[in-house]
Amino acid sequence: MSMAGFGYTRPATLDEALADLAKHGPDAKLIAGGHSLLPLMKMRLASVGHLVDIGRLRELKGIRDWNGGLAIGAATTYREVLGSALVRDRFPLLIEGLDDIGDIQVRNRGTLGGSLAHADPASDMPALALALDAELLLRSSGGERTVKVDGFFHGAFVSDLHPDEVMVEIRIPASPDGAGTSYVELTQPASGYSLVGVAVVLAKSGGTVSHVRVGVTGVADHAYRASAVESTLMGSDGGSAAIAAAAAHAADGQEVNSDIHADREYRTAMATAFTRRSVESAAARAT
Amino acid sequence: MESVALVVNGVARTVEVEPRRLLVQLIREDLGLTGTHVGCDTSQCGACTVHMDGVAVKSCTVLAVQADGSSVTTIEGMAPEGGLHPLQAAFWEKHGLQCGFCTPGMIMTAADLLASDTDPDDDAIRHALEGNFCRCTGYHNIVAAIREAANKMQVGAATSAEGAPR
Repeated sequence: MSMAGFGYTRPATLDEALADLAKHGPDAKLIAGGHSLLPLMKMRLASVGHLVDIGRLRELKGIRDWNGGLAIGAATTYREVLGSALVRDRFPLLIEGLDDIGDIQVRNRGTLGGSLAHADPASDMPALALALDAELLLRSSGGERTVKVDGFFHGAFVSDLHPDEVMVEIRIPASPDGAGTSYVELTQPASGYSLVGVAVVLAKSGGTVSHVRVGVTGVADHAYRASAVESTLMGSDGGSAAIAAAAAHAADGQEVNSDIHADREYRTAMATAFTRRSVESAAARAT
Repeated sequence: MESVALVVNGVARTVEVEPRRLLVQLIREDLGLTGTHVGCDTSQCGACTVHMDGVAVKSCTVLAVQADGSSVTTIEGMAPEGGLHPLQAAFWEKHGLQCGFCTPGMIMTAADLLASDTDPDDDAIRHALEGNFCRCTGYHNIVAAIREAANKMQVGAATSAEGAPR
């Protein structure tokens, strides 16, 4: 498969990259690992006039402490995250969720920021970021802003990232003490993409659920927080009955995807089943 | 055209390419290293796997220009001329191949695994091979070959450590 021609630059600094983006306007597209973008370009589902390669920018790489949580450079690869003792210690949910993404070769190239910016409705990273209450640092030549991941996804492959912006960093606040986490997914066996993926962070205090976040991917046109599941669980004893009652709301308010792999009825049922399993698992791990 | 300077199997090369040229095209067509295969061309099958800066990548999904400044190892660079890498020897001994089309990619991926896990169990090996398809063997002997290579490489490492000057 041959791609249509395009221009290419690999700026040495973030400022140069932002200038490049501004110069080429809507024709320009960012590339880091390229494992979402290049296949689309090969199939001519995406056409790009100019690629700005930010995959090696040091300013976009690395993992550091952020108020007891972590700030992860947007161009940090899955492999780098999976190999990080800091991540393993503070956010085992990321390890659990990212270890199954693609394959070794994909995890060696693919980046966390790239996955979020791409906003694939079946990607795992958006659900994980939602459950972790992550926020994103976005920068353009005009300045920078911070946005919550909750609200960042607008639709299939559509996000709040403006064409002149670069995602710099993913900031994950410290989870509540004793929180249990879980990621459970039903994958399409050939592609590995999630038909349903449910990420949960849950903490209890004095015998009741005091914090819960449920991020769901694969079910709707973009990953979302299952707010009705969360509100039903809050204040409950977090037992099996409460979890089952809450999980019934997993797809509330969503236009559920329907395709040859999982029609709407089945996918809705699986959203409930996998939400129940993931919450059960997180609750069992909470201390 | 863009100039791409990279080190391939230890040799510095400079190639002029269009930005849309893939790393695998540079390797196969510009450098003539045809041990790296193109199977699916959609980053599924792993036949095109090479090492770029020490990690396994699917060279059909890397632009040649992205490899500018990188060090690349292909199957041809795994062992000195006339010799076999322990993985290559183990694939031979354990019948880890039939038609051989997927073998270079299998070996490059396995080498990445063994670099970080010197004693993987079968589950770890199978997990590592998720991005490499074989349509002949049913994978069983590929897993056995990688396990065998891991054993041989551990013995080799222990022997050379014992033989090292104190």
